[in-house]
Amino acid sequence: MRSFTYERASSPAEAAAAASAEGAKFIAGGTNLLDLMKLEIETPTHLIDVNDLALDRIETTPEGGLRIGALVRNTDLAADERVRRDYGLLSRALLAGASGQLRNKATTAGNLLQRTRCPYFYDTNQPCNKRQPGSGCAAIGGFSRQHAVIGASEMCIATHPSDMAVAMRVLDATVETVRPDGTARSIPIAEFHRLPGDTPHVENALIPGELITAVTLPRPVGGTHIYHKVRDRASYAFALVSAGAIVQRDGTGHIALGGVAHKPWRVEAAEAELPRGAKAVAEQLLADAKPTQENAFKLPLVERTLAAVLAEART
Amino acid sequence: MTAAPSGANAQAGTGDMPSAVGEPAMSKVAITVNGEARELDLDTRTTLLDALREHLHLTGTKKGCDHGQCGACTVMVDGQRINSCLTLAVMHEGDTITTIEGLGAPQNLNAMQAAFVKHDGYQCGYCTPGQICSAVAVLDEIRAGIPSHVSGDLTATPQATVAELRERMSGNICRCGAYSNIVEAIAEVAGRPA
Ligand SMILES: Cc1cc2nc3c(=O)[nH]c(=O)nc-3n(C[C@H](O)[C@H](O)[C@H](O)COP(=O)(O)OP(=O)(O)OC[C@H]3O[C@@H](n4cnc5c(N)ncnc54)[C@H](O)[C@@H]3O)c2cc1C
Ligand code: SF4
Ligand code: FES
Ligand code: FES
Repeated sequence: MRSFTYERASSPAEAAAAASAEGAKFIAGGTNLLDLMKLEIETPTHLIDVNDLALDRIETTPEGGLRIGALVRNTDLAADERVRRDYGLLSRALLAGASGQLRNKATTAGNLLQRTRCPYFYDTNQPCNKRQPGSGCAAIGGFSRQHAVIGASEMCIATHPSDMAVAMRVLDATVETVRPDGTARSIPIAEFHRLPGDTPHVENALIPGELITAVTLPRPVGGTHIYHKVRDRASYAFALVSAGAIVQRDGTGHIALGGVAHKPWRVEAAEAELPRGAKAVAEQLLADAKPTQENAFKLPLVERTLAAVLAEART
Repeated sequence: MTAAPSGANAQAGTGDMPSAVGEPAMSKVAITVNGEARELDLDTRTTLLDALREHLHLTGTKKGCDHGQCGACTVMVDGQRINSCLTLAVMHEGDTITTIEGLGAPQNLNAMQAAFVKHDGYQCGYCTPGQICSAVAVLDEIRAGIPSHVSGDLTATPQATVAELRERMSGNICRCGAYSNIVEAIAEVAGRPA
Protein backbone atom coordinates (compact mmCIF):
# COMPACT_ATOMS: atom_id res chain seq x y z
CA MET A 1 0.00 0.00 0.00
CA ARG A 2 1.25 3.51 -0.80
CA SER A 3 1.57 5.86 2.13
CA PHE A 4 -0.99 8.59 2.65
CA THR A 5 -1.83 11.36 5.07
CA TYR A 6 -5.11 11.19 6.93
CA GLU A 7 -7.67 13.70 8.19
CA ARG A 8 -11.13 13.54 9.72
CA ALA A 9 -13.43 16.09 8.13
CA SER A 10 -15.97 17.85 10.33
CA SER A 11 -18.41 19.28 7.78
CA PRO A 12 -19.55 18.20 4.31
CA ALA A 13 -18.41 21.48 2.72
CA GLU A 14 -14.99 21.18 4.34
CA ALA A 15 -14.70 17.56 3.19
CA ALA A 16 -15.61 18.41 -0.41
CA ALA A 17 -13.18 21.33 -0.51
CA ALA A 18 -10.35 19.14 0.84
CA ALA A 19 -11.14 16.32 -1.59
CA SER A 20 -10.67 18.46 -4.69
CA ALA A 21 -6.90 18.38 -4.05
CA GLU A 22 -4.84 16.08 -6.29
CA GLY A 23 -4.57 12.55 -4.86
CA ALA A 24 -7.22 13.04 -2.18
CA LYS A 25 -10.05 10.55 -1.62
CA PHE A 26 -12.90 10.09 0.82
CA ILE A 27 -13.00 7.02 2.99
CA ALA A 28 -16.28 5.83 4.53
CA GLY A 29 -16.58 2.15 5.56
CA GLY A 30 -13.31 1.46 3.76
CA THR A 31 -14.42 -2.02 2.68
CA ASN A 32 -13.86 -1.38 -1.01
CA LEU A 33 -11.26 1.37 -0.97
CA LEU A 34 -8.83 -0.38 1.41
CA ASP A 35 -9.16 -3.64 -0.51
CA LEU A 36 -8.09 -1.77 -3.67
CA MET A 37 -5.39 0.27 -1.89
CA LYS A 38 -3.73 -2.90 -0.65
CA LEU A 39 -3.37 -3.98 -4.28
CA GLU A 40 -2.32 -0.46 -5.35
CA ILE A 41 -5.24 -0.28 -7.74
CA GLU A 42 -6.25 2.83 -5.80
CA THR A 43 -3.33 4.98 -4.71
CA PRO A 44 -4.62 8.05 -2.86
CA THR A 45 -2.00 10.22 -1.17
CA HIS A 46 -4.49 11.78 1.24
CA LEU A 47 -7.56 10.21 2.86
CA ILE A 48 -10.47 12.27 4.13
CA ASP A 49 -12.44 10.29 6.69
CA VAL A 50 -16.10 11.28 6.36
CA ASN A 51 -17.38 9.23 9.30
CA ASP A 52 -17.77 12.28 11.60
CA LEU A 53 -20.04 14.18 9.20
CA ALA A 54 -23.30 13.29 10.97
CA LEU A 55 -24.71 11.92 7.72
CA ASP A 56 -25.89 8.74 9.42
CA ARG A 57 -29.60 9.44 9.86
CA ILE A 58 -32.68 8.27 7.95
CA GLU A 59 -35.34 10.97 7.91
CA THR A 60 -38.84 11.20 6.50
CA THR A 61 -39.06 13.86 3.77
CA PRO A 62 -41.91 16.43 3.52
CA GLU A 63 -43.06 14.54 0.38
CA GLY A 64 -43.52 11.35 2.40
CA GLY A 65 -40.35 9.67 1.17
CA LEU A 66 -37.06 8.95 2.96
CA ARG A 67 -33.78 10.80 3.07
CA ILE A 68 -30.98 8.32 3.74
CA GLY A 69 -27.72 9.86 4.96
CA ALA A 70 -24.64 8.90 2.91
CA LEU A 71 -23.04 7.32 5.98
CA VAL A 72 -25.98 5.11 7.00
CA ARG A 73 -24.57 1.59 7.28
CA ASN A 74 -26.00 -1.11 5.03
CA THR A 75 -27.11 -3.10 8.13
CA ASP A 76 -28.94 -0.11 9.62
CA LEU A 77 -30.63 0.75 6.33
CA ALA A 78 -31.80 -2.83 5.78
CA ALA A 79 -33.11 -3.03 9.36
CA ASP A 80 -34.90 0.34 9.43
CA GLU A 81 -38.59 -0.21 10.18
CA ARG A 82 -39.78 2.17 7.47
CA VAL A 83 -37.53 0.57 4.87
CA ARG A 84 -38.68 -2.93 5.82
CA ARG A 85 -42.33 -1.89 5.61
CA ASP A 86 -42.40 0.47 2.61
CA TYR A 87 -39.25 -0.26 0.58
CA GLY A 88 -38.80 -4.01 1.19
CA LEU A 89 -36.93 -4.33 -2.10
CA LEU A 90 -34.14 -2.18 -0.66
CA SER A 91 -33.84 -4.27 2.51
CA ARG A 92 -33.85 -7.46 0.45
CA ALA A 93 -31.15 -6.23 -1.94
CA LEU A 94 -28.90 -5.06 0.91
CA LEU A 95 -29.31 -8.31 2.83
CA ALA A 96 -28.41 -10.31 -0.29
CA GLY A 97 -25.06 -8.53 -0.48
CA ALA A 98 -21.69 -9.19 1.17
CA SER A 99 -21.64 -10.51 4.78
CA GLY A 100 -22.92 -9.35 8.17
CA GLN A 101 -19.48 -7.99 9.06
CA LEU A 102 -19.15 -6.06 5.81
CA ARG A 103 -22.69 -4.65 5.96
CA ASN A 104 -21.95 -3.29 9.44
CA LYS A 105 -19.25 -1.08 7.89
CA ALA A 106 -20.44 -0.51 4.32
CA THR A 107 -22.20 2.82 3.77
CA THR A 108 -24.94 3.96 1.41
CA ALA A 109 -22.57 6.18 -0.61
CA GLY A 110 -19.69 3.71 -0.57
CA ASN A 111 -21.97 0.94 -1.80
CA LEU A 112 -23.10 3.02 -4.81
CA LEU A 113 -19.46 3.84 -5.59
CA GLN A 114 -17.95 0.37 -5.15
CA ARG A 115 -15.89 -0.63 -8.15
CA THR A 116 -16.22 -3.62 -10.43
CA ARG A 117 -15.22 -7.15 -9.45
CA CYS A 118 -13.82 -7.91 -12.90
CA PRO A 119 -10.90 -10.22 -12.03
CA TYR A 120 -8.64 -8.51 -14.59
CA PHE A 121 -9.30 -5.16 -12.94
CA TYR A 122 -8.00 -6.78 -9.73
CA ASP A 123 -4.96 -8.36 -11.39
CA THR A 124 -2.41 -5.58 -11.86
CA ASN A 125 -0.39 -7.73 -14.27
CA GLN A 126 -3.19 -7.60 -16.86
CA PRO A 127 -4.24 -4.86 -19.24
CA CYS A 128 -7.38 -3.07 -18.08
CA ASN A 129 -8.78 0.17 -19.48
CA LYS A 130 -10.63 0.88 -16.27
CA ARG A 131 -7.56 0.54 -14.04
CA GLN A 132 -5.07 1.93 -16.56
CA PRO A 133 -6.79 3.88 -19.36
CA GLY A 134 -5.49 2.89 -22.80
CA SER A 135 -3.92 -0.40 -21.73
CA GLY A 136 -6.60 -2.62 -23.29
CA CYS A 137 -9.20 -5.00 -21.91
CA ALA A 138 -8.10 -8.47 -20.92
CA ALA A 139 -11.67 -9.63 -20.34
CA ILE A 140 -12.59 -9.26 -24.00
CA GLY A 141 -11.40 -12.59 -25.40
CA GLY A 142 -10.51 -13.71 -21.88
CA PHE A 143 -12.51 -15.28 -19.08
CA SER A 144 -15.76 -13.35 -19.21
CA ARG A 145 -18.30 -15.53 -17.45
CA GLN A 146 -19.18 -12.80 -14.94
CA HIS A 147 -19.15 -9.91 -17.38
CA ALA A 148 -21.73 -7.65 -18.97
CA VAL A 149 -24.09 -8.87 -21.67
CA ILE A 150 -25.51 -5.46 -22.54
CA GLY A 151 -24.44 -1.82 -22.67
CA ALA A 152 -20.74 -2.74 -22.82
CA SER A 153 -18.15 -1.27 -25.19
CA GLU A 154 -15.02 -2.27 -27.09
CA MET A 155 -13.12 -0.79 -24.15
CA CYS A 156 -14.73 -2.56 -21.19
CA ILE A 157 -17.30 -5.27 -20.48
CA ALA A 158 -17.33 -5.01 -16.68
CA THR A 159 -20.46 -5.11 -14.53
CA HIS A 160 -21.40 -2.95 -11.57
CA PRO A 161 -21.44 -5.29 -8.58
CA SER A 162 -23.86 -3.51 -6.23
CA ASP A 163 -27.12 -5.15 -5.19
CA MET A 164 -28.31 -2.02 -3.40
CA ALA A 165 -27.95 0.07 -6.55
CA VAL A 166 -30.40 -2.20 -8.40
CA ALA A 167 -33.03 -1.54 -5.74
CA MET A 168 -32.29 2.20 -5.77
CA ARG A 169 -32.83 2.21 -9.55
CA VAL A 170 -36.22 0.51 -9.26
CA LEU A 171 -37.17 2.92 -6.46
CA ASP A 172 -36.22 6.01 -8.54
CA ALA A 173 -33.80 7.26 -5.90
CA THR A 174 -31.99 10.60 -6.13
CA VAL A 175 -28.36 11.12 -5.12
CA GLU A 176 -27.71 14.38 -3.24
CA THR A 177 -24.24 15.88 -3.28
CA VAL A 178 -22.08 18.84 -2.31
CA ARG A 179 -19.42 20.03 -4.75
CA PRO A 180 -16.02 21.45 -3.76
CA ASP A 181 -17.29 25.00 -4.39
CA GLY A 182 -19.97 24.38 -1.76
CA THR A 183 -22.96 24.09 -4.11
CA ALA A 184 -25.38 21.21 -3.75
CA ARG A 185 -27.11 19.23 -6.51
CA SER A 186 -29.42 16.26 -6.98
CA ILE A 187 -28.65 13.51 -9.49
CA PRO A 188 -31.40 11.05 -10.48
CA ILE A 189 -30.10 7.50 -10.01
CA ALA A 190 -30.76 6.79 -13.70
CA GLU A 191 -28.09 9.39 -14.57
CA PHE A 192 -25.69 8.52 -11.77
CA HIS A 193 -23.86 5.45 -13.08
CA ARG A 194 -22.43 5.51 -16.59
CA LEU A 195 -21.95 2.99 -19.34
CA PRO A 196 -18.27 2.33 -20.10
CA GLY A 197 -18.09 3.84 -23.61
CA ASP A 198 -14.59 5.13 -24.38
CA THR A 199 -13.90 6.07 -20.77
CA PRO A 200 -14.56 3.04 -18.56
CA HIS A 201 -12.55 4.63 -15.74
CA VAL A 202 -15.23 7.34 -15.46
CA GLU A 203 -17.95 5.42 -13.68
CA ASN A 204 -20.43 8.01 -12.48
CA ALA A 205 -21.61 11.60 -12.74
CA LEU A 206 -19.59 12.93 -9.78
CA ILE A 207 -16.91 15.56 -10.38
CA PRO A 208 -13.59 15.34 -8.47
CA GLY A 209 -14.14 16.09 -4.79
CA GLU A 210 -17.93 15.89 -5.00
CA LEU A 211 -19.33 14.42 -1.79
CA ILE A 212 -22.51 12.36 -1.62
CA THR A 213 -24.52 13.61 1.35
CA ALA A 214 -27.69 11.54 1.01
CA VAL A 215 -29.85 9.34 -1.17
CA THR A 216 -33.54 10.20 -1.19
CA LEU A 217 -36.47 7.94 -2.01
CA PRO A 218 -39.84 9.16 -3.28
CA ARG A 219 -43.09 8.25 -1.50
CA PRO A 220 -43.65 4.50 -1.24
CA VAL A 221 -45.59 3.06 -4.19
CA GLY A 222 -46.90 -0.08 -2.46
CA GLY A 223 -46.89 -3.35 -4.40
CA THR A 224 -44.98 -6.56 -3.79
CA HIS A 225 -41.24 -6.03 -3.36
CA ILE A 226 -38.94 -8.79 -4.59
CA TYR A 227 -35.19 -9.17 -5.04
CA HIS A 228 -33.89 -12.37 -6.62
CA LYS A 229 -30.15 -12.91 -6.73
CA VAL A 230 -28.60 -15.82 -8.62
CA ARG A 231 -25.02 -16.60 -7.63
CA ASP A 232 -22.46 -19.40 -7.47
CA ARG A 233 -23.11 -20.05 -3.78
CA ALA A 234 -26.17 -19.35 -1.66
CA SER A 235 -24.62 -16.53 0.37
CA TYR A 236 -21.61 -14.16 0.42
CA ALA A 237 -21.11 -14.05 -3.35
CA PHE A 238 -21.70 -11.45 -6.04
CA ALA A 239 -24.61 -11.81 -8.45
CA LEU A 240 -24.36 -13.57 -11.78
CA VAL A 241 -27.80 -12.13 -12.45
CA SER A 242 -30.18 -10.37 -10.11
CA ALA A 243 -33.60 -8.84 -10.53
CA GLY A 244 -35.26 -6.25 -8.33
CA ALA A 245 -38.96 -5.66 -8.82
CA ILE A 246 -42.04 -3.96 -7.49
CA VAL A 247 -45.15 -5.64 -8.87
CA GLN A 248 -48.64 -4.24 -8.35
CA ARG A 249 -51.86 -6.26 -8.00
CA ASP A 250 -52.91 -5.42 -11.56
CA GLY A 251 -49.67 -6.94 -12.88
CA THR A 252 -47.94 -3.64 -13.70
CA GLY A 253 -44.68 -2.72 -12.05
CA HIS A 254 -41.04 -1.70 -12.18
CA ILE A 255 -38.01 -3.89 -12.69
CA ALA A 256 -34.21 -3.61 -12.96
CA LEU A 257 -31.42 -6.14 -13.41
CA GLY A 258 -28.05 -6.50 -11.71
CA GLY A 259 -25.04 -8.47 -12.93
CA VAL A 260 -25.66 -7.80 -16.61
CA ALA A 261 -24.30 -4.31 -17.27
CA HIS A 262 -22.00 -1.51 -16.15
CA LYS A 263 -24.91 -0.10 -14.17
CA PRO A 264 -28.27 -1.31 -12.88
CA TRP A 265 -30.17 -2.19 -16.05
CA ARG A 266 -33.66 -0.77 -16.35
CA VAL A 267 -35.63 -0.22 -19.53
CA GLU A 268 -38.94 1.50 -18.85
CA ALA A 269 -40.44 0.19 -22.13
CA ALA A 270 -39.86 -3.38 -20.94
CA GLU A 271 -42.00 -2.73 -17.88
CA ALA A 272 -45.03 -2.29 -20.14
CA GLU A 273 -44.59 -5.99 -21.01
CA LEU A 274 -44.87 -7.15 -17.38
CA PRO A 275 -48.49 -8.32 -17.68
CA ARG A 276 -47.40 -10.46 -20.69
CA GLY A 277 -44.86 -12.42 -18.67
CA ALA A 278 -41.15 -13.02 -18.21
CA LYS A 279 -40.26 -13.86 -21.80
CA ALA A 280 -41.71 -10.65 -23.18
CA VAL A 281 -40.04 -8.55 -20.48
CA ALA A 282 -36.66 -10.24 -20.94
CA GLU A 283 -36.81 -9.76 -24.72
CA GLN A 284 -37.36 -6.02 -24.30
CA LEU A 285 -34.81 -5.62 -21.51
CA LEU A 286 -32.07 -7.43 -23.41
CA ALA A 287 -33.01 -6.47 -26.97
CA ASP A 288 -29.51 -5.21 -27.79
CA ALA A 289 -27.59 -7.80 -25.76
CA LYS A 290 -24.16 -8.82 -27.04
CA PRO A 291 -22.99 -11.59 -24.74
CA THR A 292 -19.64 -13.34 -25.04
CA GLN A 293 -19.51 -17.07 -25.55
CA GLU A 294 -18.80 -17.51 -21.86
CA ASN A 295 -21.64 -15.43 -20.51
CA ALA A 296 -24.38 -16.14 -23.06
CA PHE A 297 -25.96 -18.25 -20.30
CA LYS A 298 -27.01 -15.01 -18.63
CA LEU A 299 -29.72 -14.38 -21.24
CA PRO A 300 -31.85 -17.44 -20.44
CA LEU A 301 -30.92 -16.94 -16.78
CA VAL A 302 -32.45 -13.47 -16.85
CA GLU A 303 -35.67 -14.82 -18.31
CA ARG A 304 -35.89 -17.57 -15.70
CA THR A 305 -35.07 -15.16 -12.89
CA LEU A 306 -37.84 -12.85 -14.09
CA ALA A 307 -40.21 -15.82 -14.27
CA ALA A 308 -39.37 -16.64 -10.64
CA VAL A 309 -39.96 -13.01 -9.66
CA LEU A 310 -43.35 -12.90 -11.37
CA ALA A 311 -44.34 -16.26 -9.88
CA GLU A 312 -43.46 -14.97 -6.42
CA ALA A 313 -45.41 -11.78 -7.06
CA ARG A 314 -48.56 -13.83 -7.73
CA THR A 315 -48.36 -15.81 -4.48
CA MET B 1 -6.84 -16.04 -25.70
CA THR B 2 -6.01 -13.84 -22.77
CA ALA B 3 -4.38 -15.32 -19.71
CA ALA B 4 -6.52 -16.21 -16.73
CA PRO B 5 -6.63 -13.51 -14.10
CA SER B 6 -4.51 -14.43 -11.11
CA GLY B 7 -7.44 -14.27 -8.71
CA ALA B 8 -9.44 -17.50 -8.60
CA ASN B 9 -12.76 -15.68 -8.95
CA ALA B 10 -14.46 -12.32 -8.74
CA GLN B 11 -13.96 -12.03 -5.01
CA ALA B 12 -10.30 -12.86 -5.00
CA GLY B 13 -7.46 -10.37 -4.97
CA THR B 14 -4.05 -11.03 -6.51
CA GLY B 15 -1.26 -12.78 -4.71
CA ASP B 16 1.73 -10.50 -5.10
CA MET B 17 1.83 -7.64 -2.64
CA PRO B 18 3.26 -4.54 -4.21
CA SER B 19 5.92 -2.95 -2.02
CA ALA B 20 5.36 0.17 0.03
CA VAL B 21 6.22 3.45 -1.68
CA GLY B 22 6.63 6.92 -0.21
CA GLU B 23 7.46 8.30 3.22
CA PRO B 24 5.27 6.78 5.89
CA ALA B 25 2.84 9.17 7.56
CA MET B 26 2.36 8.62 11.28
CA SER B 27 -0.75 9.26 13.31
CA LYS B 28 -1.74 8.74 16.95
CA VAL B 29 -4.83 6.81 17.97
CA ALA B 30 -6.37 6.02 21.36
CA ILE B 31 -8.59 2.94 21.56
CA THR B 32 -9.94 0.71 24.32
CA VAL B 33 -9.15 -2.94 23.70
CA ASN B 34 -10.72 -5.62 25.90
CA GLY B 35 -11.32 -3.03 28.62
CA GLU B 36 -7.83 -1.54 28.55
CA ALA B 37 -7.05 1.96 27.26
CA ARG B 38 -4.28 1.83 24.65
CA GLU B 39 -2.46 4.57 22.77
CA LEU B 40 -0.61 3.89 19.57
CA ASP B 41 1.50 5.92 17.17
CA LEU B 42 0.99 4.20 13.83
CA ASP B 43 1.79 4.39 10.15
CA THR B 44 -1.60 5.50 8.75
CA ARG B 45 -1.61 2.36 6.57
CA THR B 46 -1.91 0.07 9.61
CA THR B 47 -5.16 -1.87 9.58
CA LEU B 48 -6.97 -2.49 12.84
CA LEU B 49 -6.01 -6.15 12.40
CA ASP B 50 -2.29 -5.38 12.19
CA ALA B 51 -2.54 -2.94 15.11
CA LEU B 52 -4.07 -5.69 17.26
CA ARG B 53 -1.68 -8.42 16.21
CA GLU B 54 1.63 -6.65 15.55
CA HIS B 55 1.44 -3.68 17.92
CA LEU B 56 -0.71 -4.93 20.80
CA HIS B 57 0.39 -8.58 20.40
CA LEU B 58 -3.18 -9.83 20.59
CA THR B 59 -2.61 -12.67 18.17
CA GLY B 60 -5.92 -14.44 18.82
CA THR B 61 -7.44 -12.50 15.93
CA LYS B 62 -6.26 -14.13 12.72
CA LYS B 63 -5.34 -12.91 9.26
CA GLY B 64 -6.68 -15.19 6.55
CA CYS B 65 -7.20 -13.32 3.30
CA ASP B 66 -6.61 -9.68 4.37
CA HIS B 67 -9.37 -8.70 1.87
CA GLY B 68 -12.69 -9.11 3.66
CA GLN B 69 -13.36 -12.53 2.16
CA CYS B 70 -12.89 -14.99 5.02
CA GLY B 71 -13.93 -13.51 8.39
CA ALA B 72 -10.86 -14.81 10.31
CA CYS B 73 -10.17 -11.23 11.44
CA THR B 74 -13.66 -10.60 12.87
CA VAL B 75 -13.67 -8.46 16.03
CA MET B 76 -16.33 -6.33 17.68
CA VAL B 77 -16.12 -2.55 17.56
CA ASP B 78 -18.56 -0.75 19.84
CA GLY B 79 -20.49 -4.03 20.00
CA GLN B 80 -20.69 -4.64 16.23
CA ARG B 81 -18.77 -7.31 14.35
CA ILE B 82 -16.53 -6.10 11.53
CA ASN B 83 -13.62 -7.37 9.45
CA SER B 84 -10.59 -5.80 11.13
CA CYS B 85 -8.51 -6.27 7.95
CA LEU B 86 -10.62 -3.77 5.98
CA THR B 87 -10.50 -0.85 8.38
CA LEU B 88 -7.67 1.50 9.34
CA ALA B 89 -6.63 1.65 12.98
CA VAL B 90 -6.50 5.47 12.85
CA MET B 91 -10.20 5.53 11.98
CA HIS B 92 -11.04 4.07 15.42
CA GLU B 93 -10.15 6.96 17.73
CA GLY B 94 -12.17 6.51 20.95
CA ASP B 95 -13.67 3.16 19.91
CA THR B 96 -14.11 0.13 22.15
CA ILE B 97 -12.79 -3.09 20.65
CA THR B 98 -13.41 -6.64 21.83
CA THR B 99 -11.28 -9.48 20.50
CA ILE B 100 -11.43 -13.20 21.24
CA GLU B 101 -9.05 -12.56 24.19
CA GLY B 102 -11.64 -10.16 25.63
CA LEU B 103 -14.51 -12.63 25.40
CA GLY B 104 -12.97 -15.17 27.76
CA ALA B 105 -9.78 -16.98 28.75
CA PRO B 106 -8.94 -20.71 28.82
CA GLN B 107 -9.74 -20.90 32.55
CA ASN B 108 -12.79 -18.72 32.15
CA LEU B 109 -14.50 -19.43 28.83
CA ASN B 110 -17.55 -17.46 27.81
CA ALA B 111 -20.64 -19.42 26.81
CA MET B 112 -19.90 -19.37 23.08
CA GLN B 113 -16.30 -20.48 23.56
CA ALA B 114 -17.43 -23.32 25.82
CA ALA B 115 -20.07 -24.40 23.29
CA PHE B 116 -17.49 -24.51 20.48
CA VAL B 117 -15.31 -26.75 22.65
CA LYS B 118 -18.25 -28.98 23.59
CA HIS B 119 -19.47 -29.37 19.98
CA ASP B 120 -16.04 -29.59 18.38
CA GLY B 121 -16.75 -26.48 16.33
CA TYR B 122 -13.31 -26.49 14.69
CA GLN B 123 -10.52 -28.67 13.42
CA CYS B 124 -7.31 -26.67 12.89
CA GLY B 125 -8.76 -23.74 14.84
CA TYR B 126 -7.51 -20.98 12.57
CA CYS B 127 -10.93 -19.58 11.73
CA THR B 128 -12.27 -20.14 15.26
CA PRO B 129 -11.61 -16.77 16.94
CA GLY B 130 -13.37 -15.06 14.05
CA GLN B 131 -16.21 -17.60 14.12
CA ILE B 132 -16.75 -17.09 17.85
CA CYS B 133 -16.68 -13.27 17.70
CA SER B 134 -19.06 -13.41 14.75
CA ALA B 135 -21.37 -15.90 16.51
CA VAL B 136 -21.65 -13.76 19.64
CA ALA B 137 -22.53 -10.75 17.46
CA VAL B 138 -25.01 -12.78 15.37
CA LEU B 139 -27.08 -13.59 18.45
CA ASP B 140 -27.01 -9.90 19.43
CA GLU B 141 -28.15 -8.95 15.91
CA ILE B 142 -31.05 -11.41 16.07
CA ARG B 143 -32.03 -10.06 19.51
CA ALA B 144 -31.88 -6.53 18.05
CA GLY B 145 -34.39 -7.63 15.38
CA ILE B 146 -32.09 -7.20 12.38
CA PRO B 147 -33.47 -9.26 9.46
CA SER B 148 -31.40 -11.45 7.14
CA HIS B 149 -31.51 -12.70 3.56
CA VAL B 150 -33.47 -15.79 4.67
CA SER B 151 -35.99 -13.99 6.91
CA GLY B 152 -39.38 -14.80 5.35
CA ASP B 153 -41.35 -11.80 6.54
CA LEU B 154 -39.24 -8.64 6.71
CA THR B 155 -41.50 -7.01 9.26
CA ALA B 156 -41.53 -10.01 11.65
CA THR B 157 -39.08 -10.50 14.52
CA PRO B 158 -36.27 -12.82 13.34
CA GLN B 159 -35.68 -16.12 15.19
CA ALA B 160 -32.41 -17.98 15.75
CA THR B 161 -33.31 -20.88 13.45
CA VAL B 162 -30.59 -23.00 11.88
CA ALA B 163 -31.30 -21.44 8.48
CA GLU B 164 -30.88 -17.97 10.00
CA LEU B 165 -27.64 -18.93 11.77
CA ARG B 166 -26.13 -20.41 8.63
CA GLU B 167 -26.96 -17.38 6.52
CA ARG B 168 -25.75 -14.92 9.15
CA MET B 169 -22.47 -16.82 9.62
CA SER B 170 -21.69 -16.94 5.88
CA GLY B 171 -19.01 -14.25 6.25
CA ASN B 172 -16.87 -16.71 8.20
CA ILE B 173 -15.24 -19.34 6.03
CA CYS B 174 -13.92 -22.56 7.61
CA ARG B 175 -11.35 -24.30 5.44
CA CYS B 176 -11.73 -27.42 7.59
CA GLY B 177 -15.47 -27.50 7.02
CA ALA B 178 -16.52 -27.60 10.68
CA TYR B 179 -19.75 -25.82 9.75
CA SER B 180 -22.29 -28.29 11.11
CA ASN B 181 -20.62 -28.37 14.53
CA ILE B 182 -20.29 -24.59 14.52
CA VAL B 183 -24.03 -24.26 13.94
CA GLU B 184 -24.74 -26.74 16.74
CA ALA B 185 -22.60 -24.72 19.14
CA ILE B 186 -24.33 -21.45 18.25
CA ALA B 187 -27.78 -23.03 18.37
CA GLU B 188 -27.08 -24.31 21.86
CA VAL B 189 -26.09 -20.86 23.09
CA ALA B 190 -29.17 -19.43 21.38
CA GLY B 191 -31.19 -21.91 23.42
CA ARG B 192 -32.49 -23.91 20.46
CA PRO B 193 -31.88 -27.44 19.27
CA ALA B 194 -29.82 -27.57 16.05
C1 LIG C 1 -15.74 -10.11 0.18
C2 LIG C 1 -16.73 -9.05 -0.24
C3 LIG C 1 -17.98 -9.43 -0.72
C4 LIG C 1 -18.89 -8.45 -1.12
N1 LIG C 1 -20.10 -8.84 -1.63
C5 LIG C 1 -20.98 -7.91 -2.08
C6 LIG C 1 -22.21 -8.28 -2.66
O1 LIG C 1 -22.55 -9.46 -2.76
N2 LIG C 1 -23.04 -7.30 -3.11
C7 LIG C 1 -22.72 -5.97 -3.00
O2 LIG C 1 -23.51 -5.13 -3.41
N3 LIG C 1 -21.54 -5.59 -2.46
C8 LIG C 1 -20.68 -6.52 -2.00
N4 LIG C 1 -19.48 -6.13 -1.48
C9 LIG C 1 -19.08 -4.72 -1.58
C10 LIG C 1 -19.51 -3.86 -0.44
O3 LIG C 1 -20.92 -3.69 -0.50
C11 LIG C 1 -18.80 -2.51 -0.61
O4 LIG C 1 -17.43 -2.72 -0.33
C12 LIG C 1 -19.31 -1.44 0.31
O5 LIG C 1 -20.68 -1.19 0.07
C13 LIG C 1 -18.53 -0.14 0.11
O6 LIG C 1 -18.95 0.81 1.07
P1 LIG C 1 -17.88 1.54 2.02
O7 LIG C 1 -18.62 2.53 2.84
O8 LIG C 1 -17.06 0.56 2.76
O9 LIG C 1 -17.02 2.27 0.91
P2 LIG C 1 -15.46 2.80 0.88
O10 LIG C 1 -14.61 1.63 0.66
O11 LIG C 1 -15.24 3.61 2.12
O12 LIG C 1 -15.56 3.74 -0.34
C14 LIG C 1 -15.82 3.28 -1.65
C15 LIG C 1 -15.65 4.46 -2.61
O13 LIG C 1 -16.63 5.45 -2.37
C16 LIG C 1 -16.04 6.71 -2.11
N5 LIG C 1 -16.91 7.37 -1.11
C17 LIG C 1 -17.30 6.85 0.09
N6 LIG C 1 -18.18 7.67 0.68
C18 LIG C 1 -18.37 8.72 -0.16
C19 LIG C 1 -19.20 9.90 -0.13
N7 LIG C 1 -19.99 10.16 0.92
N8 LIG C 1 -19.15 10.75 -1.18
C20 LIG C 1 -18.33 10.49 -2.24
N9 LIG C 1 -17.53 9.42 -2.33
C21 LIG C 1 -17.56 8.54 -1.30
C22 LIG C 1 -14.64 6.41 -1.64
O14 LIG C 1 -13.76 7.48 -1.93
C23 LIG C 1 -14.32 5.17 -2.45
O15 LIG C 1 -13.88 5.54 -3.72
C24 LIG C 1 -18.55 -7.08 -1.02
C25 LIG C 1 -17.32 -6.71 -0.51
C26 LIG C 1 -16.40 -7.67 -0.12
C27 LIG C 1 -15.07 -7.23 0.42
S1 SF4 D 1 -13.83 -5.55 -18.51
FE1 SF4 D 1 -13.34 -3.46 -17.88
S2 SF4 D 1 -12.58 -3.76 -15.80
FE2 SF4 D 1 -12.42 -5.77 -16.82
S3 SF4 D 1 -10.39 -5.86 -17.81
FE3 SF4 D 1 -11.79 -5.02 -19.32
S4 SF4 D 1 -11.52 -2.81 -19.03
FE4 SF4 D 1 -10.78 -3.75 -17.16
S1 FES E 1 -8.51 -11.60 7.05
FE1 FES E 1 -10.13 -10.18 7.18
S2 FES E 1 -11.71 -11.20 6.14
FE2 FES E 1 -10.03 -12.52 5.77
S1 FES F 1 -11.22 -25.02 11.91
FE1 FES F 1 -9.71 -24.99 10.34
S2 FES F 1 -10.41 -23.35 9.14
FE2 FES F 1 -12.05 -23.60 10.50
